[in-house]
Amino acid sequence: MTILTYPFKNLPTASKWALRFSIRPLSCSSQLRAAPVFVFKLYLKAVQTKTKKTLAKPNIRNVVVVDGVRTPFLLSGTSYKDLMPHDLARAALTGLLHRTSVPKEVVDYIIFGTVIQEVKTSNVAREAALGAGFSDKTPAHTVTMACISANQAMTTGVGLIASGQCDVIVAGGVELMSDVPIRHSRKMRKLMLDLNKAKSMGQRLSLISKFRFNFLAPELPAVSEFSTSETMGHSADRLAAAFAVSRLEQDEYALRSHSLAKKAQDEGLLSDVVPFKVPGKDTVTKDNGIRPSSLEQMAKLKPAFIKPYGTVTAANSSFLTDGASAMLIMAEEKALAMGYKPKAYLRDFMYVSQDPKDQLLLGPTYATPKVLEKAGLTMNDIDAFEFHEAFSGQILANFKAMDSDWFAENYMGRKTKVGLPPLEKFNNWGGSLSLGHPFGATGCRLVMAAANRLRKEGGQYGLVAACAAGGQGHAMIVEAYPK
Amino acid sequence: MVACRAIGILSRFSAFRILRSRGYICRNFTGSSALLKPILTMESKGMWQLFELTLPIQSMLAACKTLQEVTQLSQEAQRIVEKLEKSTKPIVAAINGSCLGGGLEVAISCQYRIATKDRKTVLGTPEVLLGALPGAGGTQRLPKMVGVPAALDMMLTGRSIRADRAKKMGLVDQLVEPLGPGLKPPEERTIEYLEEVAITFAKGLADKKISPKRDKGLVEKLTAYAMTIPFVRQQVYKKVEEKVRKQTKGLYPAPLKIIDVVKTGIEQGSDAGYLCESQKFGELVMTKESKALMGLYHGQVLCKKNKFGAPQKDVKHLAILGAGLMGAGIAQVSVDKGLKTILKDATLTALDRGQQQVFKGLNDKVKKKALTSFERDSIFSNLTGQLDYQGFEKADMVIEAVFEDLSLKHRVLKEVEAVIPDHCIFASNTSALPISEIAAVSKRPEKVIGMHYFSPVDKMQLLEIITTEKTSKDTSASAVAVGLKQGKVIIVVKDGPGFYTTRCLAPMMSEVIRILQEGVDPKKLDSLTTSFGFPVGAATLVDEVGVDVAKHVAEDLGKVFGERFGGGNPELLTQMVSKGFLGRKSGKGFYIYQEGVKRKDLNSDMDSILASLKLPPKSEVSSDEDIQFRLVTRFVNEAVMCLQEGILATPAEGDIGAVFGLGFPPCLGGPFRFVDLYGAQKIVDRLKKYEAAYGKQFTPCQLLADHANSPNKKFYQ
Repeated sequence: MTILTYPFKNLPTASKWALRFSIRPLSCSSQLRAAPVFVFKLYLKAVQTKTKKTLAKPNIRNVVVVDGVRTPFLLSGTSYKDLMPHDLARAALTGLLHRTSVPKEVVDYIIFGTVIQEVKTSNVAREAALGAGFSDKTPAHTVTMACISANQAMTTGVGLIASGQCDVIVAGGVELMSDVPIRHSRKMRKLMLDLNKAKSMGQRLSLISKFRFNFLAPELPAVSEFSTSETMGHSADRLAAAFAVSRLEQDEYALRSHSLAKKAQDEGLLSDVVPFKVPGKDTVTKDNGIRPSSLEQMAKLKPAFIKPYGTVTAANSSFLTDGASAMLIMAEEKALAMGYKPKAYLRDFMYVSQDPKDQLLLGPTYATPKVLEKAGLTMNDIDAFEFHEAFSGQILANFKAMDSDWFAENYMGRKTKVGLPPLEKFNNWGGSLSLGHPFGATGCRLVMAAANRLRKEGGQYGLVAACAAGGQGHAMIVEAYPK
Repeated sequence: MVACRAIGILSRFSAFRILRSRGYICRNFTGSSALLKPILTMESKGMWQLFELTLPIQSMLAACKTLQEVTQLSQEAQRIVEKLEKSTKPIVAAINGSCLGGGLEVAISCQYRIATKDRKTVLGTPEVLLGALPGAGGTQRLPKMVGVPAALDMMLTGRSIRADRAKKMGLVDQLVEPLGPGLKPPEERTIEYLEEVAITFAKGLADKKISPKRDKGLVEKLTAYAMTIPFVRQQVYKKVEEKVRKQTKGLYPAPLKIIDVVKTGIEQGSDAGYLCESQKFGELVMTKESKALMGLYHGQVLCKKNKFGAPQKDVKHLAILGAGLMGAGIAQVSVDKGLKTILKDATLTALDRGQQQVFKGLNDKVKKKALTSFERDSIFSNLTGQLDYQGFEKADMVIEAVFEDLSLKHRVLKEVEAVIPDHCIFASNTSALPISEIAAVSKRPEKVIGMHYFSPVDKMQLLEIITTEKTSKDTSASAVAVGLKQGKVIIVVKDGPGFYTTRCLAPMMSEVIRILQEGVDPKKLDSLTTSFGFPVGAATLVDEVGVDVAKHVAEDLGKVFGERFGGGNPELLTQMVSKGFLGRKSGKGFYIYQEGVKRKDLNSDMDSILASLKLPPKSEVSSDEDIQFRLVTRFVNEAVMCLQEGILATPAEGDIGAVFGLGFPPCLGGPFRFVDLYGAQKIVDRLKKYEAAYGKQFTPCQLLADHANSPNKKFYQ
């Protein structure tokens, strides 16, 4: 102990942060078992008395979230309806710049997630970054992985930092459901392309003569899963039925989400939201989808997908949302060197995938135990759960799956069940059902919610999990940065 | 290969559907009180009722000996079902799986029907395929429910209707999507969920919150209105009757009776309709046709089992040599069952064509909405096309479908044996080459077996498996298991020239040539054979098989069997081949074939060939009926001889092989059933009459003669 702690004494007080940083990796060694306890008692207002280690790994750089912001999430077709996706993304980026005051030229790379791509700005990350005034020397790319696109943007950044390629990354996501690309039919497209290539008038006329009125029927972006042709709401309804989740349970859960979101909004806990002055409109300052209703009101709604007897309704599903988020991720030593006080570490993460037909939305169930095992944690170690709420029925089905030995044995190859996340630690500031779910942007919101909750409520570990179209899922451990 | 090519056309024949409908469910006639009981107990349970409409199949009417008994059973069933219909408490039918025949009749007597939208869930009235009619009120209720045209279509074709289609037709009121895994096995939970949904609907019905009446579309309303006009109805009956007569050629009595019963119900009221239904049901069940068709049904069930038991090692990796019509066909029916399949050919062009054939076969299913384009792609990825033997070291079975040439087959066998693992089975798809001759060059003859597929492989259900004396039991078990996986109906026969199917066809073909030589017009011959019940005319059959193939087989088998396979002069075929008249594939044979032209014209160039080989007809054996019987008796005689020689193990397999593989008239039930029903004595008499005119080719075989001598002897006891 003495040998190891000796150098600290000689350090100038200015580099206090570096001290804390360097002590953490050491805590793994057996002689120092007591050290972390000491550290936590000192620096965290942790209520728990149990021993917790940090998740730093030897020889791998620690990745921290300096801060993250998002535009208010709005119901699609409201204030953002005349914007383009890169406008929203730009708003998130300028908000991040403002919040963190990061010098633009320090940013090594920008990654954004998006799902329904605007054809004109297919690399929306680049368009938004240029517009937001980032250096034109900073490369940017766009990723897509359905509802976990922003998660993919973040973990891509984590990979770049951990492997030493970059030090400073901006990751984010954007979705604008108010406007989606609606295409001409394939036949019409083919005709138009052929017309382009036609050389003589005769060729053109003969092509035009092939035109039929049904060519004009437009092609809408697919709302259904490509592999199964089933819409997600339909699948969620079946999933709820498979796990015998009742309509009442779903409505109750949705009500909880809205109530908690309302409370968080009123108490000013949703600190990641940055105001956005929409051109030609008023400044938007808060999410507009939070509408706590009553169970009686909700019970009146008709099923939205499986008619007339299904259980998934408009009130217990997440709604189409416009919004963008952005996050500043750095290598820990870089953040400290720049004088930042990071909010959280991004630790182990895990992607899973399963049957897109019958287990489309069970990603969290599969990803949670895997990421916990990888990190050497248990359910009890987690202080803040932030799960993406696509549908009430989906969350409750995941709960039942995690609580079922039978499911664990037969479908997950586990001996025992995963275990249920305690509800009092679960999505305490609302979730996608109430705050909204801009597909490409939700991932960053989840991580920021976990980080902010850990700071506010106290606690060391947060677990973020989400399901996504294609039967995929994601989970990540967020570790609070010592205060 | 002879037979393979011939039969493509057969599947168009509607009566063949019998063989396609799986999981056949009939009413439980033998214990009608047993049916009554569960219904009553359920009634006492509450306002909702639910039963899974999969009543166990009984050897349906085996117990009934007389017409009265059968009629009585039908009436009893009608009464039970009526009880359901008249119930004051709402009854909801919850349907999961096959709801066919009696099951459907129970379902349509309920106030409401809810079905799972599963591929397994099908509804239908397949009675017609057994030569009977829906005898528990189905003929009366169905027209009221879905309209006369749709009801007649269902009852006359016996087709199985998928749940989503049934919903559109108004046959079911609600659909329930099958569920995935939850807290219980998916199937179990799906049924539970179906029940839950059914209960909510029954409650809704009881509280009058849900109306059992369905909103009809405009077209439906118009049809319904049109059917109220007597003149229109008469026209509909007339049209349908005409069509049925044309298709059945008067060989199948059931369809006409079904129309009759439906007509009676509509024109004279339901009481008359129910009475008529039960009577006609009784009459039909007692017909020979019905017995023949039921026999086929039972035979088919038998041929869907693996009598060798489970193989030691499941075949998971399959390799097919030769990407021709057969090879690609075999690949198609394998990949869609999840077998990893290698398709190998020697040239890229041949391989391309074969892969395209598989893709097209799958894509056609997408067009018919039987598959999604995504499923097609994932199925297609099970297929690997290649020109070399890479990956053969993992193959569990190799099926060769190369050209019918012994030395070529020997070569590939040796090549393949050099690369395959020890447990791998080598199967040869040949229609006439004896398997033991192919196996002669094998290092491990116990692993060599014959698998004779019929073309087009994806449509023809039969697979003839040929075992040699050296073939091991486990090899046979594996081959049968693969065939069953591919959805085939399987007969297992012993090795010998022409095995069973080709051997039966050959003498009949020889007779075809003689009849043509005697100056019978090919068109006339075709109409004679089809009116006897063959789905394809005899002259057309030669064209379909390919004249060159027919010539090969005639020469090969002629050499082995000698005079018995004589009759027509093979010179006719030789001359046709030399002129390039190879049948459909070359555009000319007895007929002229043109792309996109349906009408077939006689090939006038054949006149000179036929004239040069003309034989004087023998008037005493040249009546229309005699011509038909000359063809059929030679076929039957050869089939019986195959049983006598032990090529065939059972008469049931012989019947299935003849009907499914060669298009033997289904209404006759196959050669053995035909002997039983028509009478062995009468057939022997016919044979003797023709023997007197033509000699040895018609000599009845010993077994047939035995049957004729002792009238109690039957192939089916």
